[in-house]
Amino acid sequence: MTHWLIAPILIPLLGGILQVFMGYAPISLRRTLAITCTVLMLAATIVLLILASDGSYRVYAFGNWQPPFGIVLVLDRLAALMLVLTSALGLFCHIYASGGADEGNRQFHALFMFQLMGLNMAFMTGDLFNLFVAFEVLLIASYGLLMHGGGTARTVPGLHYVTLNLVGSSLFLIAVGMIYSVTGTLNMADLAVKIPQISGKNLNLVKAGGMMLLVVFSLKAAVLPLCFWLPKAYARATAPVAALFAVMTKVGIYAIIRIYPLIFGEGAGELANLGMDWLFPLALITLSMGVIGALGAENLKTLVAWQVIISVGTLLAPVALGSVAGLSAALFYLVSTTWTVAALFLVSELVASQRGAAADTIVIAPRMHHRTFLSVLFFIGAVSAAGLPPLSGFFGKLLILQSVAPGAEMAWLWGVVLVGGFLTLIAYSRAGSMVFWWNVDGHLETPEPMNNRVAVSTGMLTCLTILIVFLAGPLSDFTRATAEQVYDNQGYIHILETPMHTPENASPGEVN
Amino acid sequence: MELLFALVIGALTTSGVYLLLRARTFPVIMGLTMLSYGVNLFLFSTGRLATGQQPVIGTASSYTDPLPQALVLTAIVIGFAMTAFLVVLALRNLSDNGGDHVDERPDTVSPPSKQQREQEATRK
Repeated sequence: MTHWLIAPILIPLLGGILQVFMGYAPISLRRTLAITCTVLMLAATIVLLILASDGSYRVYAFGNWQPPFGIVLVLDRLAALMLVLTSALGLFCHIYASGGADEGNRQFHALFMFQLMGLNMAFMTGDLFNLFVAFEVLLIASYGLLMHGGGTARTVPGLHYVTLNLVGSSLFLIAVGMIYSVTGTLNMADLAVKIPQISGKNLNLVKAGGMMLLVVFSLKAAVLPLCFWLPKAYARATAPVAALFAVMTKVGIYAIIRIYPLIFGEGAGELANLGMDWLFPLALITLSMGVIGALGAENLKTLVAWQVIISVGTLLAPVALGSVAGLSAALFYLVSTTWTVAALFLVSELVASQRGAAADTIVIAPRMHHRTFLSVLFFIGAVSAAGLPPLSGFFGKLLILQSVAPGAEMAWLWGVVLVGGFLTLIAYSRAGSMVFWWNVDGHLETPEPMNNRVAVSTGMLTCLTILIVFLAGPLSDFTRATAEQVYDNQGYIHILETPMHTPENASPGEVN
Repeated sequence: MELLFALVIGALTTSGVYLLLRARTFPVIMGLTMLSYGVNLFLFSTGRLATGQQPVIGTASSYTDPLPQALVLTAIVIGFAMTAFLVVLALRNLSDNGGDHVDERPDTVSPPSKQQREQEATRK
C-alpha cells in the first residue's frame, strides 16, 4: 500500500520518458498516451488524498534507509491537497493543449510530463535538498514550456525568467549549505528536532540561512520586490502553459507553509517565527502592487497575470499571521484561486483566437465569434477572482477576513483586501465591458473554429470553481484539519521513528 | 587553508554578482557561472575542510563528511545543464532581437558593424 506514494512521481516520469522517444510518432498517439498518463496521475493522487484524510503521516523511504539518513517522501493532508489540485489542473491544461497548442514542438508532452513530475516531487519530499532538486526539475521543464510556441516575443521574458531562477537556485544552495553546516542534516523532520537546540554563535548562521530560504521561496512565489518577472513571462506564454504555471507560484507558498511552521515554528526557541514579521507587510504590498498592475493592464492575459500576484499577496498575509484559522482559510483560497486563474488564462487565449487582429487587447473591436459562450466563462472567472458572492473566491476571502484576530493587523488586512477587491472588480468590469460589450462595425476574417477539446477543457475548469461552492463545507473541514496538522509539529517529527521494512515485518512505513 | 578558501569563494561570488548586473547576455552568463562555482565551493566546505581523509567510515581513524560531496555533485550537474540552456537562449535572443542586450533595447552602444566602419573609412 505504501508504494502508492511514489505513483504521482513515477507515472509522469515514465510517461515523459516514453514521450521523449516518441517524438516522431503520430500526434494523435502521443496525445492519447499523454492524456492517459495525466488521468492515471489524477486517479493516483485521489487515492492518496483518501489515504491522507485519516490524518496520519505516510513515509516512503527510498532504498529503505531509516530517516533521517535516506531521502523520504512524506504524504500528509497538505501534500495530498496540493497533489490533487495540481493533477486536476494538469489534466484540463493537457486536454486544452491537445486541441492544437501542442503542435510545433515534438517534445511538448515530454516537457509537460516532467513539469508535473517536478511539481509532485516538490509537494511530497521530506528533505530540503531533495526539494531543491524538485525545484530544478520543474524549472528546467518550465523553461522549455515557456519558450514553446515560436515567435520572438518570448525570448526576452524567457531569458529573464531563467536568469532569475538560476540566481534563486544559487541562493537556495547557499541557504541549504548554511543550515547543513550547523545542523548536519537536511531531513525536514530532523531539522525540526535540531534547530531548537542551537545556541550561541551558530544561531546567526542558521538565522541567515532561514532568511535566505525565505527570499528564495518569495522569488518562486513572486512576492513584491521579486515579482516583476512574472507578468511578462506569464502573459506571453502559450495558454495551457500559463494555466499550468498558475500552480508554480503556489509551489513557493507551499514551501513556506511546509518549512516555516515546522522548522522555524513556535517551538523553535530563539528562531521562532523567523521572517514572518517581514512576510505580512510584504504580502499586503504585493497585493496592492498586483491591483495597480491589473488596473493598468493592456490585455487580458496581462490582467490575469497580475491576478496571480494579487492572489499571492492574499494568500501569504494570513499565512504570515500564523494561526490555524488563517492557514485553513488560505488553503481554501489557494484551491479556488489556482483553478480560477488557470481558467481565466484559457479563456483569454480563446478570446484572442476569436477576435482577429485585436486579439486579447482591451480595446473596442468588431464583435468576436462565440461571444456568448466566452463572455459567460469570463464572467464566472472574473466574479470568482474579484471575490464576489456567490462564487468560491468570495468564500475564500471571507474566511481569510474572519480568521484574523482584532487589532492593527486586522485593520490593515481588511483594508487592503477589501479595497484591493473593489479595485480588481473595476479592472475586470472595464476589461469585460470593452472586450465583450462595446463593439464597432467591421469585418472580422473568419477565425479558425474553436474545437471541442479546447472549449470543453476551459468550460470544465471554470465549472471546478463553481463546484468548490457546492463542496465548500467538506473542503473547509479538510483545510482546517490540514492546518491543524501543519501546526502540530510532533506528528511530522514522528516520522523519524518510522519502522523500516524487514522481511518478517510486512507493514512498512505507516505511522499513526 | 580556511582563509584562502574563504577568499576564493568571496572573490568568485563578488565577480559573479558584478557580472550578473551587466546589461549584456554574455557577461551575465559568465557571472552566473562564477556564482555557481562560488556556491559549489561553499557547499563543499559545509562539511568542514580536511585534507587527506576518506569519505568512508571505517577505512581510517578519521573521515570526512561525504554528504556535501554528493550535494556538490548534484549541484554541478544541474548548474552545468542550466548554463548550457542559458547559452542557447542568449544565442536565440541575439538572432531574434538583433542584439545581446538583456532588455530587448535597440543596440545603442554596440561597436559599429563592418559595413559602417568601411563607410566611415571611405568618407574620410
